Amino acid sequence: MSRSQRRKLEERFFKAVMRVSLFGALLILSLIVFTVVQKGFRALSWNMLTQPSQGGYYLGGDEGGILNAILGSLYLAAGATGIALAIGLPVVFYLHAYLGRSPLANTTRLVFDVLWGIPSIVYGAFAFLLMLEIGMRASLLAGMLTLALVELPILVRAMDEVMRLIPPDLAESTYSLGTTRLELTRILLRQTLPGLATAILLAFGRGIGDAAAVLFTAGYTDAMPTSLSRPTASLPLAIFFQLSSPFPSVQARAYASALVLTVMILTISLLARLSLRQFSKHVIR
Amino acid sequence: MNKISGLETIQPAVESSRIQRRAARQQGQRWRILLDKLAGQGMGAITLAACALIIIVGYVLITRAWPLISTRTPGTLIFSDAWHPSQGEFGFWAFIMGSASVTLLAMLIAVPAALFSAIYLAEYSRARAVLKPLLDVLASIPSVIYGLWGVLFVVPLVRDHVSPWADRFLGDAIPFFANHNPTGYGLLSGSFVLAIMVFPIIVSVTDEVLRSVPQGMREASLALGATEWETTKLVVVRKALPGIIAATVLGFSRAFGETLAVLMVAGNVVQVPRSLFDAVYTLPALIANNYGEMMSIPMYDAALMAAALILLVVVLVFNIMARLILIHLSQESKA
Repeated sequence: MSRSQRRKLEERFFKAVMRVSLFGALLILSLIVFTVVQKGFRALSWNMLTQPSQGGYYLGGDEGGILNAILGSLYLAAGATGIALAIGLPVVFYLHAYLGRSPLANTTRLVFDVLWGIPSIVYGAFAFLLMLEIGMRASLLAGMLTLALVELPILVRAMDEVMRLIPPDLAESTYSLGTTRLELTRILLRQTLPGLATAILLAFGRGIGDAAAVLFTAGYTDAMPTSLSRPTASLPLAIFFQLSSPFPSVQARAYASALVLTVMILTISLLARLSLRQFSKHVIR
Repeated sequence: MNKISGLETIQPAVESSRIQRRAARQQGQRWRILLDKLAGQGMGAITLAACALIIIVGYVLITRAWPLISTRTPGTLIFSDAWHPSQGEFGFWAFIMGSASVTLLAMLIAVPAALFSAIYLAEYSRARAVLKPLLDVLASIPSVIYGLWGVLFVVPLVRDHVSPWADRFLGDAIPFFANHNPTGYGLLSGSFVLAIMVFPIIVSVTDEVLRSVPQGMREASLALGATEWETTKLVVVRKALPGIIAATVLGFSRAFGETLAVLMVAGNVVQVPRSLFDAVYTLPALIANNYGEMMSIPMYDAALMAAALILLVVVLVFNIMARLILIHLSQESKA
């Protein structure tokens, strides 16, 4: 075999290896979605979606659905996203209007990247300790606060990336008209609103799917979430607790929860990315 | 005359109103500047508090783990696998080895595949505009779902096919492939699920890094007669190597801290795994499984918090390393 033939062969071989690994992985990932849909669809019924669980989440009776977990998860993620936004928005404004391109801004970004990397179980353990300290029980509020910690770095970094797309001239021409830095934040907000919606959706999606952070802090219950100070069910934990049950009817609730959670997450993620694309189409770089 | 005298009477009034307006404007100006400064300080304080979270989390964990750390030597804590909470023996070795083995094996499975996939995405594929978002969307699937899939699909596969086969053909010669665990819940299942989970993360970061390699370098290589693969291998990958390492490290630290997906499929037996199919117990699983009883046994709470602390330290070190490499790279590509 000549040298050039060997080189061509090598080229083809590695191209094949790349295709196999990428499409193999994509196949497996779609298999996950397929498994969840297939199992979940069989378990899904009208009662499943409109009834809270009954008869215990492990030993369980035949009746009841997962409405408590669906609502619990929505409340938890919505509350957490709200809290994270209340903290995250000032942080992002400070980064862009006050710190600008100083090295301190990059250090802050580094810190939030590192915060992003902290496992949610560590946040969960941390929040659990604080709760013990002040005598708080596992509750919807505690779960929201803990999830807010998990979501905050994602929200800040995602919003930050969106704001970085604004051309620096905009800030300069705004300043030249005599505005203060605080007033610039209103311009920044208006310019990036659709992008910020994407960031919020991403954080919400991360919050609704996280289980380790709410495990100690929000607890789990069959009851509907009615009060901030009571424990609440959530979809990820509904899957985790009910999957290992010996009773098929309880297991079915786990499958239905998995389907509902997956559909929610994929919809949110898809929406987020579509809106980002729509948004960045009009951005001048 | 009348007009002039009229003006004379009006003039001071105009003058005074102008002064008043200027004073008001100045006051407004001062107020705006004050507001600007106040808001800046407020937002700065919030930013600082959020950044201080790392230190606060570390501090709280250390103070709660202190009763255990201060009364044991590092040798008996870290390098001992004697785990008998009721007798006051807390050796984390089995859990550390459990976490390390699951994560390393997951990386061994995920990294080569992720590298080839990222190279294909960044250098070859024309469908990148579709594949990249698809991968990102799939990456948002929560870990519990991966765990569920592991229980439904991977564990039966390992139990019924992989482990008997490996045990029969390789088990006698190589103890690592011997099967003493008929359940399927173990090291291999755990790492495979983890590998699938971190794959999109590694691909995503690696793809970004590869695309930041200047196009001119590729063109120069191609112009010298190199094939596409040779260009990728000798020019692009070499240039992007630190970034690829950073992507791997990020994937590693994500896998190391993953809780439920591993907990659901890894078997959770306190032992140092000796075979591919042995059950393993990871640090996050230890915390998640036992927080309920942590108040009933003395020192148990300190031990669980020490586990969280080990987790935090490992993840922080790896994360900071990876981020510093990535920052260095992005500054280099700008310069």
